[in-house]
Amino acid sequence: MATAVEVHHTALTLRDHLPILQILIPFCTAPLIVFLGYRSLAWPMAFISSLLSLIIATMLLIQVSDGSYISYHLGGWAPPVGIEYRVDAANAFVLFLISATATVVLPFALSSVAHEIPCKNHALFYACFMLCVTGLMGVVITGDAFNVFVFLEISSLSTYVLVSQGSYRDKRALTAAYDYLIMGTIGATFFVIGIGLLYMTTGTLNMADMADRLVGQGGNRTVQAAFAFIVVGMGLKVAIYPLHLWLPSAYTYAPSAVTTFLAATATKAAIYVVLRFMFTVFQPDFVFDTHILVWIIGPLALLAMFAASLIAIFQTDFKRMLAYSSIAQIGYMMLGIAMFSVTGLTATMVHLFNHGITKAVLFMAVGALVLRAGSTFYDRIEGMGRAMPLTGAAIVIGGLSLIGVPGTAGFISKWMLVQAAFEGGYWWLALIIVASSLLAVLYVWRVVEVLYLHTPHPDATHTEAPLLMIVPMWIAALACLYFGLDTRFILDAASTAADGLMAGSAGMSEISSAAAAAADH
Amino acid sequence: MEHHLILRVVTKLLVGTIILFAFYVQFHGDFSPGGGFQAGVIMAVAFILYGLVFGLDAVQQVFPPWIVHKLVALGVLVYAGTGIWNMVLGYEFLHYGSLNPHHMSHGQHTGIIWVEAGVGITVTGVMIAIFYAFAGRAPRLGDDDW
Repeated sequence: MATAVEVHHTALTLRDHLPILQILIPFCTAPLIVFLGYRSLAWPMAFISSLLSLIIATMLLIQVSDGSYISYHLGGWAPPVGIEYRVDAANAFVLFLISATATVVLPFALSSVAHEIPCKNHALFYACFMLCVTGLMGVVITGDAFNVFVFLEISSLSTYVLVSQGSYRDKRALTAAYDYLIMGTIGATFFVIGIGLLYMTTGTLNMADMADRLVGQGGNRTVQAAFAFIVVGMGLKVAIYPLHLWLPSAYTYAPSAVTTFLAATATKAAIYVVLRFMFTVFQPDFVFDTHILVWIIGPLALLAMFAASLIAIFQTDFKRMLAYSSIAQIGYMMLGIAMFSVTGLTATMVHLFNHGITKAVLFMAVGALVLRAGSTFYDRIEGMGRAMPLTGAAIVIGGLSLIGVPGTAGFISKWMLVQAAFEGGYWWLALIIVASSLLAVLYVWRVVEVLYLHTPHPDATHTEAPLLMIVPMWIAALACLYFGLDTRFILDAASTAADGLMAGSAGMSEISSAAAAAADH
Repeated sequence: MEHHLILRVVTKLLVGTIILFAFYVQFHGDFSPGGGFQAGVIMAVAFILYGLVFGLDAVQQVFPPWIVHKLVALGVLVYAGTGIWNMVLGYEFLHYGSLNPHHMSHGQHTGIIWVEAGVGITVTGVMIAIFYAFAGRAPRLGDDDW
């Protein structure tokens, strides 16, 4: 018989619960939507919960902007035993991107989804959408390696369903979703094998604890194999160039709202995981010693920048062209990592955000074009820029940002990248970055030419898209311009994140002492 | 449906027993092997067996698809709701000890029972939903096709 023990406990406030609420709110919304089952309630619930997530993400971002971190112990079990949610500058930034994208995309989704998906699926669609948001944010917020895998599966499984919903417009969405399922599952399997090997070596799943125990294990073959498995597994999710095959079809055939959300967030969350594992769990020194950055990530990034851009130039479908352009842009982010400097990582983090909003604008414009022109093949959208002036202008802004014209968000990230190249003494790399931007000029110009200089297609509806699509599209477009002019917020957040990452687990080492102190207490 | 007499009689006998066993595994889960997931699967097996022998229509009369969908969501809500209740009591999410702050271990017992109940409900729902999804796709077998 246990004796009654008077335990002193200070009740946690709502502020202490912010990290879990970030996940819990969208997570509970999904089953609530299904449980209530009212089609008309689904959208408002999804929107309110993503708005709340955005508010929470903003509060978290402000709290950690000084380089500190917040640790939340699930179930009251202190790490490394229990699961820990850990918010620092790097992931608060990505959380903000994901929740902001969800909040902007949902108003756009209302009319887009009504047009592209049959009514009976709407409630389940929004439930899946919220699960996807939950999964992506969970991957980012957690400090537990196995938890990353669990959330990765939540986001992936819901993504496959969301992509397949494009089948009402084009049956090929089903094969696209199936391809993505196969590739995504292989990626997740590789990732979990990597985690398994790490667990075998260290006997822990907490990332910070794992990092501590991996110190000096650089020559251990098991650890090296784990690193390879994790990089390849997440590489599939990121769509690093030769592992990108699922991406073009998935983006092309998914419903417009889904493509917008995925393009702005899914690959970004995966890049965050790569960064977290490379620089926090494995040390920067370990990564450097494997030569992976110089011999694998770097060359593949360059290949992506050119090959994917070239393929994009020769596409005949606007949406597919944007998908290939995404692969090229992922190349820039990987190049930032490959340069192995704080400036390079800052460029990656900045581009992660800027490319997110740029692609959000463009894919929302695609949704508007699909609504009016029926499809986004170049011969169907001829002259639509004049018929839909607001959508056309948004495409131009997004396109300029994609190229990296000064005054747009895209310029800032390319500038940071070029700066990182000069800092590292790779002046030729700067030339290559500029050269690949010229390819972007070509594929963006093709769209602009089709939209403005061709005679309109007779079958298309020549009216502007509904206001509910225009407003989110322009919020993103204005964000593109704003973050191109006022760079304080974005550069501060990104460089704090990059500093933390390059410090390796040193930035995380307080964990053990903090946990020890908590245990003593 | 006058043939397969033995199958039908045995099924009718078994279904109740299987459900009883499911409840045993569910509630005895914290003292012996078992728990919500296993109990949920066993529970679903009772209905799937019934569906296999008496046909999809019969089992869907007992367990309509719309209820199955609600159950899937309900279980998750019970699980998360337990955690949220712990938060309302001023502790971390899923800190079951909070259910009985003076006997943390008793609180752990109460908490795990609720959480396992949530798991059991969802797994039952999901298993039956998967069965319905597959069984619903094939053309229904007529009596003469056996």
